[in-house]
Amino acid sequence: MKHTIQVLVENKFGVLARIASLFSARGYNIDSLAVGETQDPTLSCMTIVANAEDERILEQIKKQLNKLIDVVTVVDLTRKEYVDRELMLMKIIRKPDTKSIIDGLAKNYPVRTVAENQETILIEICADHHSIDDILRQVNEAGIKELVRTGKIAIST
Amino acid sequence: MKGAQILIESLLREEVKVLFGYPGGSVIPFFDALYDAPIKFYLTRHEQAAAHAADGYARSTGKVGVCVATSGPGATNLVTGIATAHMDSIPMVAITGQVKSTLIGNDAFQEADVTGVTRSISKHNYLVKDVKILAQTVKEAFYLARTGRPGPVVIDVPVDIQNHDTEFVYPQEINLRSYRPTYSGHPGQIKKALKMIYAAKKPVIICGGGVIASGAAKEILRFAEKMHIPVTSTLTGLGGFPGTHPLSLGMPGMHGTVYANLAITESDLLIAIGNRFDDRVTGKLDAFAPEAKIIHVDIDPTSISKNIAVDIPIVGDAKNILEQMLDQLNEKKIPSLKTWNKKVDDFKKKHPLSYKKGTKIKPQYVIEEFYRQTKGQAIVVTEVGQNQMWAAQFYKIDYPRNFLSSGGLGTMGYGFPAAIGAKLGNPNREVLNFAGDGSIQMNIQELGTVASYNIGVKNIILNNHYLGMVRQWQELFYNRRYSGTPMKNPDFVKVAAGYGIKGLKVTKEKDVKKAVKEILTHKGPVVADFWIEEEENVFPMVPAGEAINRMIGGMA
Repeated sequence: MKHTIQVLVENKFGVLARIASLFSARGYNIDSLAVGETQDPTLSCMTIVANAEDERILEQIKKQLNKLIDVVTVVDLTRKEYVDRELMLMKIIRKPDTKSIIDGLAKNYPVRTVAENQETILIEICADHHSIDDILRQVNEAGIKELVRTGKIAIST
Repeated sequence: MKGAQILIESLLREEVKVLFGYPGGSVIPFFDALYDAPIKFYLTRHEQAAAHAADGYARSTGKVGVCVATSGPGATNLVTGIATAHMDSIPMVAITGQVKSTLIGNDAFQEADVTGVTRSISKHNYLVKDVKILAQTVKEAFYLARTGRPGPVVIDVPVDIQNHDTEFVYPQEINLRSYRPTYSGHPGQIKKALKMIYAAKKPVIICGGGVIASGAAKEILRFAEKMHIPVTSTLTGLGGFPGTHPLSLGMPGMHGTVYANLAITESDLLIAIGNRFDDRVTGKLDAFAPEAKIIHVDIDPTSISKNIAVDIPIVGDAKNILEQMLDQLNEKKIPSLKTWNKKVDDFKKKHPLSYKKGTKIKPQYVIEEFYRQTKGQAIVVTEVGQNQMWAAQFYKIDYPRNFLSSGGLGTMGYGFPAAIGAKLGNPNREVLNFAGDGSIQMNIQELGTVASYNIGVKNIILNNHYLGMVRQWQELFYNRRYSGTPMKNPDFVKVAAGYGIKGLKVTKEKDVKKAVKEILTHKGPVVADFWIEEEENVFPMVPAGEAINRMIGGMA
């Protein structure tokens, strides 16, 4: 089961390495990780998405995250009400029907064209995890040249 | 004030009296400041020994042990000692020099990423990149090392920072918003635990290293005596409860007593205090205490329900929680455990620790003889392997901080330097290091240290000309194929003589008594080489992965 974990940490060097090594030392892959400063510049917030093959091991990882001196709080959002967003930037190869595909997407999703040239159209999508997956499925056929995504950020409601 | 001087002043504020270490290019400013400081510095012959000596000092005194080494190889040589302290929750501060801050990451001479290397083997670590936060960092390091679940903290200080100037202000207080250990037990949990204890018919207390760390020896004794509950002490918990007490079951687990393991297996309630259910204690998990409910007291929430699912977790300091329980104890509700006590006593009578006499010296006999002649009053340090298990079995420890052994990491070479630290922390006590011929050679260079400072550590080598514990496994489980275990040893007496240290060799059982007396009456350091039965095994033994009541040897 995929877990979305929010970790509030001291905004210092080395903290990311401490967190990452807790996962890697147990052979656990982090699916995505997004970090940014909070309203308090001495604190950063990390959103970590990880797949728990064994819930007990993940439980242990959460406890050990809490034990790290630089970690202030650990909240597993998985079973809570929360909103998540991910930002995706995508260069689509320009074909005769590309524009209409994008227009079609924009009707249902927050899709915005941010740059274009003769070869490609660059679009930006900021949406939840499921919408991003849906969009990817639909655009795939149109032909993606390059794609970057931020990884999920999440906040409880 | 210069950074190096700030380090020294900060150590003085933390009341550091003794420092172990080794100089090098990146700590020369520190050593220069140390030259005039009222801190006694001990130059070990290897940085690993400095870390173990700081550990032994900490374990035997309860104070934070401090060691220092230079960058690169100096720091990496500390690593085994830091990891050893980490596994056994020993308060330690390790100061390492680092290359100039402008060169970090450039593969400079004697550079190693020390905070990277020690991240997973320390409680916390710091790379100090600004002299202005140096004093605060030292304050935090000592605070972290000794509070909560204690552990080693590394401070990596680039050499240029040691030379930078700033005003010295030692902070009065620590404010770490992310670090707030829980010290007192949750009242609801304590109530529930007591209820469970009143209902128990076959309870057993497990006394772990946390009892010693929190100074809860008196409380656990009162608690056990009030309730008449038998107590088994893990390797790092030995001395937390008096080993000679009628309620003592000795050590549980792989080389524990048969009676401790049988009592745990039959028990209907384990009251585990400050232990972490190491695999050497539990054996096969499914078969561990199958009938028992478990109350687990520990200051570290990650220790709870890690290996063993627990019924009532109580996070907090062992001493506080035992006090809380004693305060709330309703004498009228204490159950009679006569049947259980009788049964446990029968286990003891039926399966005592024992060994057979032979033609050669038996290691158990040597240890018993030291026990008799020191009247059980020595600080016992061990290396790792058979020597360690025999010492744990046959030298009964009655007081906390009197048994020093690398439990979690199982570090060969720990004993001798740790004994140095223990002797310096307790100059008036007898300090014995029970060693094997293998492990003593892992830090034998420390004969140089004890010789130059005349530190009266007694090394007792139980010499079987093998790496005995592995040989034992090879005998029992690998068809006696002694791969990599026979030892060709030096003449230890001559080695000692080379350092100007008293050495003696004992090969006959009839000479043991006299030799022990001679060792104990000698004022300075001693190296004693006891040639013991080569293929003597540590029994009882639970084969790896087996249930703890399925023991080899010792089951009459």
